[in-house]
Formats: sequence, structure tokens, C-alpha cells
Amino acid sequence: MNSDHLLDRVDQPAETANAKPRRRRRRLEEVGTPVMLLLQAAVGVAFLVLWQLLSGRLISEFLISTPLAILGRLWGWIVAGSIFPHLWATVEATLLGFAIGSVLGVLGGVWLGLSPFLSRLLNPYIWAFNALPKVALAPLFILWLGLGIGSKVALAAALVVFLVFVNTFAGVREVDNDLVDVLRLMKATRRQILAKVVLPSATSWIFTGLKTALPYALIGTIMGEMIASSRGLGYLIQRSGSEFDTAGVFAALTVIAALAVVFNEAVNLVQSRLEGWKVVSR
Amino acid sequence: MIELQDIGKTFSKGAQTFRAVQNVNVRVDPQSVVAFIGPSGCGKSTLLNMIAGLYPPSEGRVRYNGRTVGDVNTDVGYMTQKDNLLPWRAVLDNVALPLELAGWPPAKRYDAARAMLAHVGLDGFEQKFSSELSGGMRKRVCLARMLLHGPQVLLLDEPFAALDPQLRIAMHDLLLKLWAENRQTIILVTHDLMEAITLADRIVVFSKRPARVAFEGIVDLPRPRDVDSIRFTSRFHEIYTAFWERLRQEYDEVTP
Ligand SMILES: Nc1ncnc2c1ncn2[C@@H]1O[C@H](COP(=O)(O)OP(=O)(O)O)[C@@H](O)[C@H]1O
Ligand SMILES: [Mg+2]
Repeated sequence: MNSDHLLDRVDQPAETANAKPRRRRRRLEEVGTPVMLLLQAAVGVAFLVLWQLLSGRLISEFLISTPLAILGRLWGWIVAGSIFPHLWATVEATLLGFAIGSVLGVLGGVWLGLSPFLSRLLNPYIWAFNALPKVALAPLFILWLGLGIGSKVALAAALVVFLVFVNTFAGVREVDNDLVDVLRLMKATRRQILAKVVLPSATSWIFTGLKTALPYALIGTIMGEMIASSRGLGYLIQRSGSEFDTAGVFAALTVIAALAVVFNEAVNLVQSRLEGWKVVSR
Repeated sequence: MIELQDIGKTFSKGAQTFRAVQNVNVRVDPQSVVAFIGPSGCGKSTLLNMIAGLYPPSEGRVRYNGRTVGDVNTDVGYMTQKDNLLPWRAVLDNVALPLELAGWPPAKRYDAARAMLAHVGLDGFEQKFSSELSGGMRKRVCLARMLLHGPQVLLLDEPFAALDPQLRIAMHDLLLKLWAENRQTIILVTHDLMEAITLADRIVVFSKRPARVAFEGIVDLPRPRDVDSIRFTSRFHEIYTAFWERLRQEYDEVTP
């Protein structure tokens, strides 16, 4: 602050030209949260207004529908209550798939992270599995688990497991060996070292994995529902599409996006609880 | 009794090898305090790591109470040069860690940890995280944690280097009092000859890398020692001058 004033005074002629844009940029960086929320809302509203105006004029309404029509469709579903079984089916399958994939991913990551031999042994197989397009597994899952929730959950879990695994593995590998040595000198057992050093220090890595994986759980579930299901938001999209109901497709997409935001916030909340020690003011 | 027998340590990185310690023979009697002095990077920390059983020596062996040290020696309390506190734990939980590992119930271990923190002058900092502490405070947290483990051997790697002079003397006082009570074997790495003479019975001086024993000498100051006044006694002065002279000769020879 002080040095700024000083500069302004010393270099008046040269600075006056530069001072304004620089000051404006700083003001934009320092925008507070409420103002930012307003700005974000403004961007959204502008987009919707543009959409509403263009639809039917520049682009056929059949192709892109209109925000008001989508809102109407959404409202109709909510009033009739018909959306809720679908919403619930998707939430349930997503959470189950996410949970199963995460547990397997964390277990695998910790296990292989602690065993250099095993991780070298299995390395090519793990990358081969990662390279598979997971949608291509859907027919197998349907064969094994039928058309119900099982195959959706399996697809979601298959997408989640690798992301969580890779991050957990990296986190376990990154553990500070000096900290492990401290505990070893204090007669810690392997279990204690795992619980008190390895897992806590891998926590932020694990959360990075969980956060990246959560949208994929949703994607896996929706894919499963689109391929073979009679319930869920994916099914809703599929049905609306086949009925040429563009507003319905967009309405379902809106619900999916909202769901993704809610899931993400939930993970953030848990993480900030667990990692309070990192929040240190400077 | 700790015996270093013909210890050598070579680090290798790919095809490169790198000799950090060569042919070191040192005996540390039980309940004695020995100071290690040597130039920075000569291999003192490496030597402590081998004594603790964290690094295997490349040549020779470390013996502890007549047995060769193979794995980590859990009789040892090791205060490393870097403060290895668990950053996700508050001070109190860091200090109570050894008791937690030993299965003490929370109330008991926290009481003991609070008492130990008061000992090292850190009461009031129980709920702080290590990122909120100064370097000297972290060292004292490490000291408190190590002492709660109750080791018979203390390896102290430049423990008080980050402290201001008053606090350093207070810590010397604390260490001498604790030693008088518990009679641990102490190996102290330091760059501070004053500190070495104040605390130790014997001083081992190492050469430049690779570390070899350059010379050693006895500090025959009587115990119990009073840290505030002992620096000003004439015997202290004599010992100091004698060591200083030999240190100068030693390092002058190497760097003409
Ligand atoms: N784990 C290690 N791997 C490779 N080199 C090391 C390792 N630890 C120490 N060294 C090297 O050995 C030498 C001695 O290090 P150190 O024992 O820390 O010296 P000091 O404690 O006397 O200052 C240094 O040059 C250092 O770079
Ligand atoms: Mg060192």
C-alpha cells in the first residue's frame, strides 16, 4: 500500500497512464464472497436469458428447448412426484457404487503402497484395467448382476476404484519415512504405524481421489441406467430422448448437475472437518 | 554400553558411491554423556542413524549392551536434527504419542504430557500445531516427546542450535537435572564447544567427510554441574582452551 503511494508520487507522469488498469485489476481480485455470488448468478441469468431469446428465433426450439419449458417440465415432475423415484434410484446407486469403489480403492492403494514387491508385480495389470473403457464392461455386469441396481452399482464402482486407488497409492508412497522411524523407535507395531502415520498423512491424497471419483460414480450410474434400466435419471434421459422431449432431457440433466454439486460440497465438508490442522492463517 | 566397531558408511546413488563415514571406533560407557563435534556434513547424523539402528552400516558393526544392533533399537530416544512432529496432531497429542503407543488411557497420558510440556517451558501451547510453533519450540516438543518414551539412551542431534542463549542454558540445566535423576547414556551432537564442555564427560571430534575420529578428550568437571556458573570456572576455561587449540590444529591441517 505505502510503496504504491510512494511510486504514484515519484513517477507521476508515467504512472498516471498505468495506475488505473492496475487498480481496477486489484479490485477485481479482492471481490468478496457475496459480491462474487451475485456476479455468478448474473452470469447464469444472462446465459438463460440469451438461451430463451435465441431459441425459436436462431435455433429451432425442438433442438434446444427453452429454459422456461425446462423449468415447467421440472416443476411438473416435482408436483406430480414422478421425479423422486428416479432421483432416489440414481442417488442410491451412485452412493453405493462410490462407497464400494472407494473402499476397494483405498484398501488396494494402502496394500500395494506398503508393498513395493506387489505393486511392481501387479503394475501392468492395473494399467491394463485402467485403459479399458468401463462402459464396455456394462454387458458383462448386466450378464452377471441382471438389470437391477447391481449392474449400475458395479459400473459406478469400476469407474471409482481406479481413481481412488491411484491417489491413495501415491499418498502412501509419499509418507515421510522419518515420521515412520520416529514411531518405530517408540516400539510401534505395524498397525499403529499404519493408523497413526500412514493413513493420516495420506488423507489429503485420498480425498483428492474421492473428490475426483465422485462425479465418475454419478457418470457410471447414469450410463448404467441409460443402457439397461427402468428407473433413475439416466433412464429418464433415455426415455425423454426417445420421445423427442428435449425439455425433458434438459430437465433431467439439470437434476444431475445439481446432484453433482451437492455431492461435491458434502465431500468438501467432510474433508475440512478431517483436515482442520491445515487451516492456519498466515 | 554402545560400541561402534570399525564403522563405515557408503551411500550409493545409481553408479555413484559416496563415503560418509570411515573406520570409526567409539565406545560410549553406560550413563555417560559424550559429545560429538565435527564439521557440517561430515557424517555425524549418519552415525547417529546407525546407532539407532535406522541405517545399517556398510562396514563394521554397532553393538549395544553386547549385542549387534540389527533392527531399530527401541531403547534409544532419538531427537533428530529435523523436528519430526506429526503435523496433523496438536502439541499435546504429539507429546503423548509414546504413551498412546504403549496403550495408556487418554486422561493419564495427557496428564503426563502436560507435566512434561511444563518442564520444557511450553505450558499453554498444548493445542497448537507444529506449523504454529517456532523452530526452538518444536525442538522442545520433540524433547518432551522423547523423554516421555523413557529411553535409556538419548541421541541428541544438534538439539539446542535453534534456541536463544538463555533458553539454551535453561535446556542444559533441564538436561543435567534429568540425567542426574535417570542416568541415561547420552550422545550429543553439537557445534558449540561451550555446550559440549558444559554437558559432556567426553568429547569426540570428527574429521571432515568421511568422518573419522580425529581426537577425543575427557571433560573432568565434577558433577553435579551448575550451568550458570560452571562456564566461569578456571578449569572450564583450561579445558576450553585446550580443545580449541586442538580443533584449530585439526581443521587448519585440512584446509591450509
Ligand atoms: N540417506 C542419505 N543418502 C545419501 N546421502 C546421505 C544420506 N544421509 C546423509 N547423506 C550424506 O552424507 C553426508 C553426511 O551427512 P550427515 O551425517 O547428515 O552430516 P552431519 O550430520 O555431520 O552434518 C552428507 O554429505 C550427506 O549429503
Ligand atoms: Mg547432522
